[in-house]
Amino acid sequence: MNLTVNGTTHEIAVSALTPLLDVLRDELGVTGPKAGCHQGGCGACTVLVDGSPQRACLIPTGYADGTQITTAEGLGAPEDLSPVQQAFVHYFAAQCGFCTSGMMIAAQAYIDRGGTDDHEAIQHALGGHVCRCTGYSKIIDAVAAAARGDSFDLTTTAVGKHTTMANGGSE
Amino acid sequence: MAGASVASDAATDVLMPGSEDEAIAAFGDGAGVVVVGGGTIVLPDMTYRRLRPTKALMLGRAGLTGVSTEGSTVTIGAMTPVQELVGMGAPLGPCAANVADMEIRSQGTVGGNVCAGAGQEAPRGDLQGALLALGATARSASDGEVSEEPLEDFLPKRADRLLLSVSFDEPAAGAFAGLDRPHTHDYTALAVSGTRSADGTIRLAATGAGTHGQRLSSAEGGDPDAALEDVVPHDDALASAWYRTKVLPVLVRRVLSELEESS
Repeated sequence: MNLTVNGTTHEIAVSALTPLLDVLRDELGVTGPKAGCHQGGCGACTVLVDGSPQRACLIPTGYADGTQITTAEGLGAPEDLSPVQQAFVHYFAAQCGFCTSGMMIAAQAYIDRGGTDDHEAIQHALGGHVCRCTGYSKIIDAVAAAARGDSFDLTTTAVGKHTTMANGGSE
Repeated sequence: MAGASVASDAATDVLMPGSEDEAIAAFGDGAGVVVVGGGTIVLPDMTYRRLRPTKALMLGRAGLTGVSTEGSTVTIGAMTPVQELVGMGAPLGPCAANVADMEIRSQGTVGGNVCAGAGQEAPRGDLQGALLALGATARSASDGEVSEEPLEDFLPKRADRLLLSVSFDEPAAGAFAGLDRPHTHDYTALAVSGTRSADGTIRLAATGAGTHGQRLSSAEGGDPDAALEDVVPHDDALASAWYRTKVLPVLVRRVLSELEESS
């Protein structure tokens, strides 16, 4: 089977029923998708399959054969964050970080299909994603800002503090 | 979680047919075959070792996808993602929108939803009630023979047949009322679907009031409390029998009045 993950094509040999999440994390070392509940309930493993957000833990790898997979790693790079990633930094939308990559993938898909900064619509789009730190307000603020196309100064945050991105977390 | 993976399950014979005919042949009489639609039910069951199939039939490439309309008849392929129904009229559209979240709905299929057996904690099959209220027929195969029958007759034997598609005639009016879910991934605790056909016939059905969707024929005359003559509400992880007994007539009343308003 062939999987194209964040632009790189890999040939893999696993049972077609193997969850895609296991292939990404254990075979390919792509650890952006998190293995939270392994049954579709938390959203932490969400990836884009040909642009559509889906749970990697629920995708039989046989169905992903020949598709383009995008994970959080594929949204941007540390030195070149995507607008959604910048918004998450700016709004302090990550706390423990476990749900973040799934949230960002869902947010990217929401924006790609023309989503606006309407909070209710964003809540609906992220409805399958659980944040155990309960940081939902900041996540929704971040997605709304990214949906508006705001630009972000990553040396400050929405609350005026220096970010860990800019000063290594010393503030 | 690598230990929970099924990557090493070489014991499973996996078949991925490329057409409906191939799928029917691969299913055979269904003995020992685990049918995989979108994977949203089978994969967790395998991951958590509740299910260890020796033979798995993956339908993702069998071409059973899509919604087609011919005259007033709507036909939905078994592998159509639940999400594709969300924009439809009541009761099916709002019923589909009440299934999981958008991402799971894009993976989970109509066939998987209709055919799933009861889960550990609650019945599955959110769409069954809406399709019963629509008077849907099920086209299915076993032993190479394809047949079509009312969904009501199909549901009790759904484990032994390969569902290919469901069809129904567009109703003159439709309505759906369900309990809100505390989390997007809960199965439907209780929901009522209703339709009114052009000749005024009312048809009601419930999801969550039994092991699979059930017609509520007794209430179709207009008495919501009569719905309790058709079902035996049960206790499970989502709701108690007492609660279901109290709420079912309320949902029936809402559906009936919505149908009445639309006439």
